[in-house]
Amino acid sequence: MSSVKDNVTALPLHPEKSTLEGKNKFLGFWFFLGGETVLFGTLFATFVALRHQTSGGPAAEDIFGMPLTFLSTIILLTSSLTSVFAIMAMRDNSLGRMQLWFWITVILGLAFLGLEITEFTEYMHEDLGYTTSAFSSAFYTLVGFHGCHVLFGVVWISTLMIQSFKKGITTVTAPKYYVASLYWHFIDVVWVFIFTVVYLLGILGG
Amino acid sequence: MATKQSETTMYIQKQQRKREMQHYLVSFGLMIIFTLLAFGTVMIDGIPKHFTSFFIVTLAIVQVLFQLYYFMHLKDKDHGFPTLFIFSGALVAFITVLTFVSIVWIS
Repeated sequence: MSSVKDNVTALPLHPEKSTLEGKNKFLGFWFFLGGETVLFGTLFATFVALRHQTSGGPAAEDIFGMPLTFLSTIILLTSSLTSVFAIMAMRDNSLGRMQLWFWITVILGLAFLGLEITEFTEYMHEDLGYTTSAFSSAFYTLVGFHGCHVLFGVVWISTLMIQSFKKGITTVTAPKYYVASLYWHFIDVVWVFIFTVVYLLGILGG
Repeated sequence: MATKQSETTMYIQKQQRKREMQHYLVSFGLMIIFTLLAFGTVMIDGIPKHFTSFFIVTLAIVQVLFQLYYFMHLKDKDHGFPTLFIFSGALVAFITVLTFVSIVWIS
């Protein structure tokens, strides 16, 4: 009658890896994350090499502010924890709790994006355009690319949550939720290096 | 007999989840502390710049390892290939960054 209800008793301990498809998704996604690491590595390398080439425009220590960066960091770090809670709820087979935690993750992601847009607008007003200097191009490319990842994650998790109202937690949907949470953690991993290398080292002037 | 066995399994699972939760909360607390330390070190004047740089990059690496091993479950079993994939990626990224840091004809 209802496949969602039948699964209440039948869900395995690790529903995300109980089928071959789930196992493949899990492995394939980690392989993708390895590739993403290389991609961000090249963007970081470019930024680090060009960070002093300001060509008369504003430099890192002129524009970056500690409070905003700190706030963004705490928001993203907290959203990482809430998506961990969502996966715990998924393994407990509690759909409502999983949805709640994933929605909180989405809201925190949106807050992060809002802060980033405000920040970039502010820099534009301080005459740091995309083509102002090698520093500005490298900065906007690296941080903007990370921002695009956050946006993609927000859209991905939201659409999964809309789908979850209909499909619930099964061995088919569980791998999707699990992989989306891995992606969200990866976004936070990249941000840890961005706030350290781009912002803190920039403010330090090192 | 069968019910008793399943009750025991249930109890073990519950305990495991409790411990897992503790791991998550402790990791999160440590990550917040690492972040505060990094921001704090940059704010303090009088520390040599290269020391601060080295220190905060180390903090970032440690924080990311917590994220990978606890939040992304790399510490769990059956994570051999994920570990291989992510560290291969990290190695290539590290070599790339190293090359561009030590490049001589830009600065």
